[in-house]
Amino acid sequence: MAIKNKKLNLKDKYQYLTRDMAWEPTYQKKEDIYPDEQFEGIKITDWSQWEDPFRLTMDAYWKYQAEKEKKLYAIFDAFAQNNGHQNISDARYVNALKLFLSGVSPLEYAAFQGYARVGRQFSGAGARVACQLQAIDELRHSQTQQHAMSHYNKHFNGLHDASHQHDRVWFLSVPKSFFDDARSAGPFEFLTAISFSFEYVLTNLLFVPFMSGAAYNGDMATVTFGFSAQSDEARHMTLGLEVIKFILEQHEDNVPIIQRWIDKWFWRGFRLLSLVGMMMDYMLPNKVMSWSEAWEVYYEQNGGALFKDLERYGIRPPKYQDVANAAKDHVSHQAWSTFYQYSQATNFHTWMPEEEEMAWLSEKYPETFDKYYRARFEHWDKEHKQGRRFYNNTLPQLCQVCQIPVMFTEKDDPTVFSHRQIKHEGERYHFCSDGCCDIFKNEPEKYIQAWLPVHQIYQGNCGGADVPTVVEKYYHINLGVDNLEYHGSPDHERWLDIKGLKPLKSSSAKKSAA
Amino acid sequence: MTIEIKTTSVEPIRNTYSAIARRFGDKPATRYQEASFDLEARANFHYRPLWDPKRTLNDASRTSIRMEDWYAVTDPRQFFYGAYVGNRAKMQEAAESNFAFCDKRNLLTRLPEKTQHQLLRLLVPLRHVELGANMNNSKIAGDAIATTVAQMHMFAATDRLGMGQYLSRIALLLDGSTGKALDESKTFWMDDELWQPMRKLVEDLLVIDDWFELTLVQNVLLDGLMYPLIYDHMDAWLGEQGAEDVSLLTEFQRDWYKESQRWTNSMIKTVGAENDGNREQLQRWVTQWEHRVYEALMPIAQATTGLDALDETRAELSVRLKKAGLESTGVQA
Repeated sequence: MAIKNKKLNLKDKYQYLTRDMAWEPTYQKKEDIYPDEQFEGIKITDWSQWEDPFRLTMDAYWKYQAEKEKKLYAIFDAFAQNNGHQNISDARYVNALKLFLSGVSPLEYAAFQGYARVGRQFSGAGARVACQLQAIDELRHSQTQQHAMSHYNKHFNGLHDASHQHDRVWFLSVPKSFFDDARSAGPFEFLTAISFSFEYVLTNLLFVPFMSGAAYNGDMATVTFGFSAQSDEARHMTLGLEVIKFILEQHEDNVPIIQRWIDKWFWRGFRLLSLVGMMMDYMLPNKVMSWSEAWEVYYEQNGGALFKDLERYGIRPPKYQDVANAAKDHVSHQAWSTFYQYSQATNFHTWMPEEEEMAWLSEKYPETFDKYYRARFEHWDKEHKQGRRFYNNTLPQLCQVCQIPVMFTEKDDPTVFSHRQIKHEGERYHFCSDGCCDIFKNEPEKYIQAWLPVHQIYQGNCGGADVPTVVEKYYHINLGVDNLEYHGSPDHERWLDIKGLKPLKSSSAKKSAA
Repeated sequence: MTIEIKTTSVEPIRNTYSAIARRFGDKPATRYQEASFDLEARANFHYRPLWDPKRTLNDASRTSIRMEDWYAVTDPRQFFYGAYVGNRAKMQEAAESNFAFCDKRNLLTRLPEKTQHQLLRLLVPLRHVELGANMNNSKIAGDAIATTVAQMHMFAATDRLGMGQYLSRIALLLDGSTGKALDESKTFWMDDELWQPMRKLVEDLLVIDDWFELTLVQNVLLDGLMYPLIYDHMDAWLGEQGAEDVSLLTEFQRDWYKESQRWTNSMIKTVGAENDGNREQLQRWVTQWEHRVYEALMPIAQATTGLDALDETRAELSVRLKKAGLESTGVQA
């Protein structure tokens, strides 16, 4: 026993209150207690080198989190009591919330499950505690998001069956397969994927657009959640950075494995963010910033500095970063165009931007919008006004990896799809890009298992032989209510009634004194 | 006289989410309901886990217990995250003031050396049992699928970490925050014969695969014998040794245990009543583990309160088990 008589400093005290509770087992083999630490090839020489990303004992955690929750729920209550949903900029905004609740909130829950698991899998007690606190934070996020959206669900369509839809609806397999990929991976890849690539590198491109969008559009419930989650997110980012540095420092053989994961998860994350790009540029009536600007600040500048910092470990920036940088002027327009023509099968509405929004897009995308996208939008708008609102009745080719329709274009030619295909064990597989094709080639046995929604519809596994049946019966999307064009939708009608512009046909939504 | 502020109310399209309405009807739902039912992914998983290729993600076969609907298991405390941290914040506030009081009045450091030694040997090493419980509950939270079940285990996981930290702080009070007493206490856990059956039991629990077996053994059997033995009987015994002030520092554990029985009792009752197969499986696990838990606690009881106290807690546990249709192997209720 070491003789110590000096008062512990904060760092040592925290270690005594966490990792010193663990011990070297003698009755069971260590590899039986922690069976999942080896198979990924990551070598950990000394877990005691782990630096705690934050030092929060449980009593402090309960105290600070309870204070945040108390304030948050007071605001949710006031929001509902005062019908705060009537104060948003425009009902089109709520479509961003529909995307959020069905696409993002289920990922918070999947993160809770994933972190609870890795909070058990690691043999380093410091890392386990950090992951467990993230697990319970993610449970918090998933639950407070249900509560934040609860009032919107009562007054707008498309928010009513999010987790059911997350498992089934064609475009929601984009976020679902992203997190399934991470959760089915080993614990070190899970942390590299989620804590580092997602929570650290890309978080400002997912979380911030929704929360700032809420702030700019009068949505007090959502923005209050965002403010409340900020300090949780700061902890999560610190964990992400600590994880990557720790693994890289532990053994030089870890470097190429981590590099491959950074390449993979950058690309998968970037593809997932296409949905956010379109939300920012098209679904927010009051714009925060363009997707192009957001990508430049949060990825090209911040990410550039980060990867510069990681150079000393032998890490280079993610592969195909140049393709992603060039795509920032295209992805949101390409994604919106795709959703516009397939919104007969979505839980949210689409529409063509108004003239001043198109002027904003021209200004923000001087090289691309007028040249490639404005004409398409004006054409569709004209068609709509002549009673021929365009819906594409043929289902799209999906990418085998990211599962987004193959709609992205070559880096040097935005008029040509960057479609790729290969044969693997006699079967043909298609991809949206070289990035996704490489990911497949590294782990084909994983990606051939994917539940591709369009294929599943054609295989007859989605409860119907035609799209409207699938959409209504299997997706639980109410036809003519949750889906299709915004203009003329029940949401649109109710909004005009709320704003006193046009009374609703039915009297059921009339205001009455309590 | 009351005054009433008139507010406008707007007719909603629906009262709650569809999944909640399917379970409870289209009427305003509670916060607990909207936060705790059907949040998880349940179908169409894309890839098999590399760490368990025989099963899918969120696979119900991670336990041999069969439930038609795991949401039959609910939390009588109605804890979702906000309610959980709100409750624990109050409990920690009381604990904090007790620790501060003991520190200020030197209630522990003035104890005779022999008594301080007893605390480090007999009480503080339980923080290692708490760490095992923390790990087990985190595993269960990751394996159980229904939110009502998974979240109770996540809350339990963080509770156990917190209680391990309170036990650690007893040692830090004794050694003036140097860590010396924690080092000393840990050598008992590792080397003292008294703790070896318990340490072996805890390590054996860490390799249980079936998550319901694990929750039964950890949260019902082990806690069911250990908490009353330590925090009631041994607490009284410590009082007889002149260390009654320590009681102030374990109030959290007593309150916690009283509360935790509400959800564990409800869970095993619901699961056992679901079908004969479940009840028989639970019985096999009780038969297999209950006597081992008893034996792991024997040396601690013998060194402190005597075996009678342990037998008494064993009888209390058998009453709880009987309400879930299960029989204890030791004492008949």
